[in-house]
Amino acid sequence: MTASPKSSLLTVDARTKKRNAAEKRFKAYGIVAIAIGLMFLVVLLTSILRSGLPAFTNTVVALEATVTQEDYDAAEGQLLKTAAYEALLVAKVNEFLTAQGSTIEVDEDFITDRLVPKTGATIREFYKANPDQIGQPVTFNLPASTRISRYFEGDLLREDVTDSRFLMVEDLDVVDEMIAAGLITTAFDWNFITGTDTAVDNPGGAGIGASVIGSFFMMIVVLLLALPIGVAASIYLEEFAPKNRLTDLIEVNISNLAAVPSIVFGILGLAVFIQFAHLPQSAPLVGGLVLTLMTLPTIIISTRASLKSVPPSIRDAALGVGASKMQAVFHHVLPLAMPGILTGTIIGLAQALGETAPLLLIGMVGYVAREYPDGIISGFVDSNSAMPAQIYTWAARADTGFYEKAWGGIIVLLVFLLTMNLIAILLRRRFERRW
Amino acid sequence: MSFIKTTASTLAITAISATAAAARDNVQVAGSSTVLPYASIVAEAFGDNTDFPTPVVESGGSSAGLARFCEGIGETTIDVANASRGIRDGEIEECAANGVTDIIEVRIGYDGIVFASQIDGPDFTAFTPSDLFNALAPQVMVDGELVDNPYTQWSEFNADLPAADILAFIPGTKHGTREVFEEKVIAVGCEETGAFEAMMEAGMSEDDAEDACLAVRTDGLSVDIDGDYTETLASIDANPNAIGVFGLAFYENNTDTLKVATMSGVEPTTETIAAGDYPVSRPLYFYIKGAHIGVIPGLKEYAQFFMADELAGPDGPLAQYGLVSDPELAATQAKIEAEEAM
Repeated sequence: MTASPKSSLLTVDARTKKRNAAEKRFKAYGIVAIAIGLMFLVVLLTSILRSGLPAFTNTVVALEATVTQEDYDAAEGQLLKTAAYEALLVAKVNEFLTAQGSTIEVDEDFITDRLVPKTGATIREFYKANPDQIGQPVTFNLPASTRISRYFEGDLLREDVTDSRFLMVEDLDVVDEMIAAGLITTAFDWNFITGTDTAVDNPGGAGIGASVIGSFFMMIVVLLLALPIGVAASIYLEEFAPKNRLTDLIEVNISNLAAVPSIVFGILGLAVFIQFAHLPQSAPLVGGLVLTLMTLPTIIISTRASLKSVPPSIRDAALGVGASKMQAVFHHVLPLAMPGILTGTIIGLAQALGETAPLLLIGMVGYVAREYPDGIISGFVDSNSAMPAQIYTWAARADTGFYEKAWGGIIVLLVFLLTMNLIAILLRRRFERRW
Repeated sequence: MSFIKTTASTLAITAISATAAAARDNVQVAGSSTVLPYASIVAEAFGDNTDFPTPVVESGGSSAGLARFCEGIGETTIDVANASRGIRDGEIEECAANGVTDIIEVRIGYDGIVFASQIDGPDFTAFTPSDLFNALAPQVMVDGELVDNPYTQWSEFNADLPAADILAFIPGTKHGTREVFEEKVIAVGCEETGAFEAMMEAGMSEDDAEDACLAVRTDGLSVDIDGDYTETLASIDANPNAIGVFGLAFYENNTDTLKVATMSGVEPTTETIAAGDYPVSRPLYFYIKGAHIGVIPGLKEYAQFFMADELAGPDGPLAQYGLVSDPELAATQAKIEAEEAM
């Protein structure tokens, strides 16, 4: 008779222990790797949000002005009309200061250069659009200069201010009076989302709107060209093409093309579309064509993968009931592969949306996104920038106000990218079939 | 089938829009990144103050801008090239070969090039061309002999300078600024220290010696910056001992992080540059394609607006931004009015 075992038959020998320990270690490495990755993500996101969120608000100065017909005519008669409108605010600010019991008197330079620089265009446009307001008191909410808004937000301290053409120490007395009277406030800056690019000395008025439109038209070009060409190429290669050396060569080259650095496509675009075909410089059409070249391999590869994942039984069944090869592909295989194709396309578009390098070469940096297009055709062919190129341009400008705008632009770009990726995920969840 | 239809209609749309591109109503400008800020200020004001559309101003560098300017005439080529140096003879020939002949040269004003360092860094407050030559040339004079540059600290050749390691961020060779830096600083230092004569005595021809004078050391103490001034600023931020080369306007925008050095005892300000006292300055230009005047709406008006007293004058927004206005502004205005080609 044998004694019944007291515990499990399994005795863990040294070798098994070692293997188990190795597995545990490997799991720990994995967790550490994920933690490091997450940490970088958190650091990245917080730094983007911290630097970029201020771009969505601006410091506005509420200034009341009464522009008479004579003022209006006099200003319109000048070469630099916008500066003349700014100068009209001087009297009102001085009236305000006297009413506050202050003895300070400001001059024209204070308004036009240091308090609310480059805001004359806003005032001029208002009166051109509302001529009935001439002679009436109107309150304008004008964006304050970078330094005054930093002072208002507490980022710039009085003792750090040295007299310069941007800000004089004595200006702060006036600003303090205005803050006390509630004239200076922080407001959500719609202009940042809807506005156009501005000149280098006017960070307060800059907006990303025009370049969002530029990106939009570029994406339309990419979608209209890359999707049909990419899908047609993949269907042919996957379903119809004979397997021979030529198609093998094509396949290898498509995979290689996907790995080509995007700047190469930029040089190609410059040489072919602009210098040879004489398409307009810095046009979203050209940008879209260049990005199409870049996106095509991505779309072809993902489309072929989704066509491949449709089981052969579907094709066989269709052919079995007498469908032609084309009918089998278009009526049965393609609809089933569609979710995968769309996901691949959206991911490709998102990649193209964030691409900067090729746009640098086709003239999209500088002072380009300065106006909205007039219409659909103008949207394709008139000079415009794109979001990543606009961010790049802002980051390179000397005024620190633009640096903040660049971070804000990154947030807008990220929102678009996240939305596109979210749509891709939803489409896949909704329509994906498992076999 | 529907895919073929879509593709065909897309191509048709593309073709139509390409044709529509032939009617351009805005002025197109490209070129020097030093002139870009001024041009963008003018372009914005031009759009705000006139009924013409806002001109497009692209950056890319003087040489690239002039190359595109010389590509030919027609609406797909640019109308104005910005340059931080004068147009070269070779470029004029290139232009002429492509049918670009009536070129109007407009001098906007002057730009100063300053040497700046971290505001809390070592005391770099006064330089002479000789100091910079001694610090940055590959071969310098030591005890009357031309030797490979032995210096690693500023105080080794000039006791007035701080005992800090030499590190300079200078504009890369594709920048117009580099040329001014070479001609007005390094070449001058080369002659002042006697290195030029020593090279001639060593049997070099005058041209070779001049070229050799412009070289900078390649042992890592002098770093070329091919990007813009923001990149130089970032490098200065990371290296407390370094000095960097900036445009006056850029420095004035960043006085809270940078301090500037005098050159041969002269402080760089718009006044000293206008008076010609500060030695390291250069004229800025733009070039107008004569054949486009009257074809592209607003081209001549843009040039006139640019050079008007209200903009390019000493009290205008360009001077505000750091441009040193040209004392001969009236002559330039007359030149544009008469469309006087080179």
